[in-house]
Amino acid sequence: MDLTFSREEEAFRERVRSFIAEHLPARLKGRTRRDLATKEDYLDWHRTLYRKGWVAPLWPKEYGGTDWSVTERYIFNEECARAETPPLIPFGLAMVGPVIYTFGNAAQKQKFLPRILSGDDWWCQGYSEPGAGSDLASLKTRAVRDGDHYVVNGQKTWTTLAQFADWIFCLVRTDPSVKPQQGITFLLVDMKTPGITVKPIIVLDGVREVNEVFFDDVMVPIENRVGEENQGWTYAKFLLVHERSGIAGVARSKKAIERLREIAAAEQVDGTPLIETDEFARKVAEVEIDLTALEFTELRTLAAEARGGHAGPESSILKIKGTEIQQRITELTLEAVGYYAYPDAHGFGDNEYPVGPEDSVGTAGVYFNMRKASIYGGSNEIQRNIIAKAVLGL
Amino acid sequence: MDFAYSEEQNLLRNSVVRLLADNYSFETFKKVSRGEPGWRPESWKQFAELGLLGAPLPEAYGGLGGGPVETMVVMEAFGRALVVEPYVPTVVVGGGILQSAGSEAHKQEWLPKIAAGDAVLAFAFAEPQGRYNLADLAVTAKKQGSAYVLNGQKSVVIGAPFAHALIVTARTAGARREEKGLSVFLVNRRARGISTRDFPTVDGLRASEITFENVEVPADNLVGTPDDALPLIEQIVDEAIAAHCAEALGAMRMLQESTVEFSKTRKQFGVPIGKFQALQHRMVDMFMQVEQSASMTLMVTLKLGDSESARKKAASAAKVQIGKAARFVGQNAVQIHGGMGMTDELALGHYFKRVTMIDTLYGNVDHHLKRYASLG
Ligand SMILES: Cc1cc2nc3c(=O)[nH]c(=O)nc-3n(C[C@H](O)[C@H](O)[C@H](O)COP(=O)(O)OP(=O)(O)OC[C@H]3O[C@@H](n4cnc5c(N)ncnc54)[C@H](O)[C@@H]3O)c2cc1C
Repeated sequence: MDLTFSREEEAFRERVRSFIAEHLPARLKGRTRRDLATKEDYLDWHRTLYRKGWVAPLWPKEYGGTDWSVTERYIFNEECARAETPPLIPFGLAMVGPVIYTFGNAAQKQKFLPRILSGDDWWCQGYSEPGAGSDLASLKTRAVRDGDHYVVNGQKTWTTLAQFADWIFCLVRTDPSVKPQQGITFLLVDMKTPGITVKPIIVLDGVREVNEVFFDDVMVPIENRVGEENQGWTYAKFLLVHERSGIAGVARSKKAIERLREIAAAEQVDGTPLIETDEFARKVAEVEIDLTALEFTELRTLAAEARGGHAGPESSILKIKGTEIQQRITELTLEAVGYYAYPDAHGFGDNEYPVGPEDSVGTAGVYFNMRKASIYGGSNEIQRNIIAKAVLGL
Repeated sequence: MDFAYSEEQNLLRNSVVRLLADNYSFETFKKVSRGEPGWRPESWKQFAELGLLGAPLPEAYGGLGGGPVETMVVMEAFGRALVVEPYVPTVVVGGGILQSAGSEAHKQEWLPKIAAGDAVLAFAFAEPQGRYNLADLAVTAKKQGSAYVLNGQKSVVIGAPFAHALIVTARTAGARREEKGLSVFLVNRRARGISTRDFPTVDGLRASEITFENVEVPADNLVGTPDDALPLIEQIVDEAIAAHCAEALGAMRMLQESTVEFSKTRKQFGVPIGKFQALQHRMVDMFMQVEQSASMTLMVTLKLGDSESARKKAASAAKVQIGKAARFVGQNAVQIHGGMGMTDELALGHYFKRVTMIDTLYGNVDHHLKRYASLG
């Protein structure tokens, strides 16, 4: 056991750091912190990494991965977070990509994987429905075979950034007569197909982050089915575990704590920087300690994976703790800025500078918005149920 | 000991609840908070007609002759309806400060206008460097002949965009955080040298950043004792805190009740989610937090007239309870609603935002814990 990085690993860190320094335009740095990034902003950085061959570190080498060790991936994430690169949208790279290279056929791999890597296709995730959230297996969107097509009818909801999407991966019901988990199929659907309607849902900070997606006699070619008919639940579960492991967000949270410290150093309480007051310093220390514990829990999980195990139900710990820490940091940031949490960042036009110190802008919005983290990706209650059942055997 | 409302208080309560039920729907809140001018003068008139704007003001000046209990009744109802009109700045702070320290001329000029709905006031007390310290003032007022000249900047002055006059705290003597040397002024919002930047707040209100540049204020507009206004400012802020506790209580009751309601109708895994014990216990904890908050709101309301130190302790204690409860109740109301809790379309999220911001107003949990502890 050893905690230090080797000389090669340090050299790798240097390479990543200087690549980012050279290629990340100043206008993109930290953009998403305020939720202002446009589709182009996200894709811009995605494409830069793609050209370098670094866009999909988790993928196997043969499909365009980097072949990095666990440690190198860790270093890469740290450097990206440190430099505040726009995060990559996970739906293609972290979700449907792995499903396709694990369960898809050769034609699907050839058709979809390169375009996920290049950013030519923007994917969105069509799992949740109005009646099927935590109980995902109760989903009702129906797909009926008609010759060499499925005809899809129904509704998905909470679909993140569907307004930008070229493709949606969906769970649909193909057999209503069996146990819910057994009649589900995994389909890839072109968003341009006639019969698809996308309606915006505005979330708490005033951003159009999610959507409703309606399917009205949407014709999906059979070749867009991943794996076997009625086996979709297996693929979906694989993906959910994948989604969870990325969700810890340790490196990003470290950076957020650094920001928090800066903000709290600028804010004064009776002439003393807020960060030097006992109450606040302890709260920041506490969340940092929680994060350290999470970091080592994640490293232990990764090390077990590297030794040939795979992410199991324990990854629920990463999801719960990771999101609780993210939420706590936004809460403390909101506290730190005092009265300047009040101005609504969306209440100012593009050419107006907002009210208050720059770092305070939008902190309340970020806090409100981050409440989503304990809801999506399997709510934290559901994650606790998983641990209780699958780990503790209760 | 008697915690029952008097007949008049019951009447007041019923009439304000009815008025809001008939005229202040969530749709109204959305329209008003998003549109211009950001409040509804028509509602203000209705409040005046019902006597709400004069509820805690003396009868001699057109008020109902009530006190903190009347304010509590009104504010709890306002919290339930997400009212955006500047009741606390105008009635509780403006009316309150003039009533306790204003000259006879001030009272005669302003109190009847406040009660009649013809005057809106805003309270300019916070400054960019001051955080929650009411004495950390960089705004100065210098006596020149028969006037004071004001310079400096005030932050996030709620209700200022529609105000006719501002209650401004300023330093007339002493160093930046010294307790002595503060004075309070009544300043015409349109006075020369005032510039404002108006903006919407995250919880649907309007506020302004205000800059004073050689603003001349007649010496007659000094309110209370010159150079020693901190006790007055603290008293008024404690009264405002009590009012906002009641507002938060109303909003938290809505959050808690609508969450329980939701959990009875939303089904997952074939049962209403309210059947899951993990959520039941959470909702019980929310309920207990709300009840504890109701108790503390009542406590502070009844102690506003006590000795200075008892009042201060009561206000800080209540603000701590409300701040903690607001966070717990707000966060869990959203959580238990799942995705629905994240939408701008549901009223729920707006209550969550309002109660969150009330923690910031007049000092958050940490500030009031410290103040409480320092009072021994
Ligand atoms: C911002 C955001 C983005 C999202 N993006 C996507 C997306 O791109 N694609 C997609 O498919 N979905 C997406 N979702 C949906 C998300 O996965 C669901 O919101 C989530 O699964 C919860 O479902 P629900 O909203 O229907 O809540 P419900 O399932 O109705 O849950 C309501 C509450 O009940 C609790 N609960 C439910 N069952 C139990 C139980 N057995 N025990 C204890 N508590 C329980 C939940 O934890 C929650 O607190 C997104 C959601 C949000 C908020």
